[in-house]
Amino acid sequence: MTTTTGSPELAISSSGLTKRFRRQTAVDHIDLAVPKGSVYGFLGPNGSGKTTTIRMLLGLAYPTSGSAELLGVPMPGGAVSVLSRVGSLVEGPAFYPYLSGWDNLARYDSADQSASRKSAAARIGTALDRVGLTAAAKKRYRNYSLGMKQRLAIAAGLLRPRELIILDEPTNGLDPQGTREVRALVRQIAADGVTVFVSSHLLAEVEQVCSHVGVMRTGNLVFQGSLAELRRTSAPKISVHTADVPLAAKVFAKLGLADPVPGEDVITAELGDAEPERICADLVHAGVGVRGFSVESPSLEDLFVGLTGEGFDVDH
Amino acid sequence: MSTIDEVTTAVGATGGGEPAGYVRGNLRFLLNEMRLVFFRRRNLLLLFVVVIFPLLIGIGLKLAAPASHGGEGGGGGPASGGAAFFNQLAGNGVFLTFIALSLLLILVLPVVIAVVSGDSVAGEAGYGTLRYLLAVPAGRTRLLAVKYLTIVAWGVAATFIVSAVALIVGVIFFPVGPVTLLSGTTVSLGAGLVRVLLVTIYVCAAMAALGAIGLAVSTFTEHAIGAIAAVMILVVASEVVDQIPQFASVAPYLPTHWWNSFDSLLRVPVDTTTMWHGLLSFGVYAAVFCAIAWARFTSGDVTS
Repeated sequence: MTTTTGSPELAISSSGLTKRFRRQTAVDHIDLAVPKGSVYGFLGPNGSGKTTTIRMLLGLAYPTSGSAELLGVPMPGGAVSVLSRVGSLVEGPAFYPYLSGWDNLARYDSADQSASRKSAAARIGTALDRVGLTAAAKKRYRNYSLGMKQRLAIAAGLLRPRELIILDEPTNGLDPQGTREVRALVRQIAADGVTVFVSSHLLAEVEQVCSHVGVMRTGNLVFQGSLAELRRTSAPKISVHTADVPLAAKVFAKLGLADPVPGEDVITAELGDAEPERICADLVHAGVGVRGFSVESPSLEDLFVGLTGEGFDVDH
Repeated sequence: MSTIDEVTTAVGATGGGEPAGYVRGNLRFLLNEMRLVFFRRRNLLLLFVVVIFPLLIGIGLKLAAPASHGGEGGGGGPASGGAAFFNQLAGNGVFLTFIALSLLLILVLPVVIAVVSGDSVAGEAGYGTLRYLLAVPAGRTRLLAVKYLTIVAWGVAATFIVSAVALIVGVIFFPVGPVTLLSGTTVSLGAGLVRVLLVTIYVCAAMAALGAIGLAVSTFTEHAIGAIAAVMILVVASEVVDQIPQFASVAPYLPTHWWNSFDSLLRVPVDTTTMWHGLLSFGVYAAVFCAIAWARFTSGDVTS
């Protein structure tokens, strides 16, 4: 009944996906394109429509207009047929406090019509082992720490081999060890060929793990593409640490470097087409005492803020 | 079914173990849900209360001054049915089941049903587990069906426990023998027990209808307590309006009006008109409220 009509290379795709609440447009005609096998970072300030989008992708919310496809299957119509191949963590973990970790996973597994009962115990055991919760499997969920709760939620996403995993803030509440483990887990999963769709505020994490990004701002997708493409949108800068900033500024002016920003003991300028070796040599020849010299690409945080705006002001 | 085939191929391709059959997959979910409801501590306490009440009623009636009027019962409508049973009890312990059922139907049994049915969807929404169940995917209609079947099973269990405990207590404390029914005829003990079974099934149907109302209310909120309270308020309001003579024309359409009409089964011949009226009321309420629950649940966003 549900035939794959979408592009086979896209794990998630949408066309004009819109969600309007009574007075507000939360998601405004976005066209997602998440390539299969990629690790896609879904970024955006709070309130930009990320969670609403994820809920629409999972068939929890119905779009006002537009369409979305998960693994080529239209959503929300094809929810029952495709969601077994999709693992998800949305808006934090949710389990039954009066059941143990094991029983919680067993319940979710029993709700999956296409999951085999015979392999259930083995699969639950493997999933718990992958997130390091084997020892705590029989403890009541209400006695779990925040990190354990988060890990159980990830385990639920790994109960079966998945083709796509959607994670909404997976490292929320985790200590540094936990964060590293999740990062390693995401890399492991991605290495298996699974497409990973991660929504996160930890830009340092995203930079390390993701191959593609999509940036949301007040319901619009302001950028979508590979991380390399995003970096190319902003020019690299040259940064020179020196005691003699005015002299260095003169050298920069002679070389024709754009946008020089002199500081107290550091001066930066756009690199442009110039060669860093040439600049360094010129500085030394001019007698500038060079303490530090580097070529800096803008950090993801700078690019992100550039796309989504500074400060606390809410746009709408 | 091509949908199942598609999933099967995908699962096979990614090595997820052999997939479950259609029936087995659904049965597994239903059994898990029943286990969740029947073994939850709060619900077990409710069942304990359901066991205690008929026991206390039986002991209380035994210790109280025996009603010496002989067989004056039988009377007109449902309201006077209770008095009739009390008179018969001295003659036959089997009547304790009818007494227990009519007393518990006022509030205790409805509470027991309301707690489970009000909690069914609202409780999941409150814990946040609803979004994960739907993402598994459990399927919206399938989830509702499993929830309602569990509610019905729960109602059947509670009602049969009331009857069974009352029967045992009645047999212990009061004389047993051929049963004199409300219409004055006497039937054998075996036939009397069959009547007990029929009455219990009738009350199960009443509770199944109430369960449907609870399920529907549950789909409108994320607060289980609110849903449970709303169902109980509906029950009490219905019972109150039922007592007011000025509303007599509306009375037959109230959900609780036909609950006590099981005395129609305690006559020879069985008062089929009343009985069918009752079963029709239950059927209509169950169908309408299940439809409301389904319409609400499948068309709304899940925000919890």
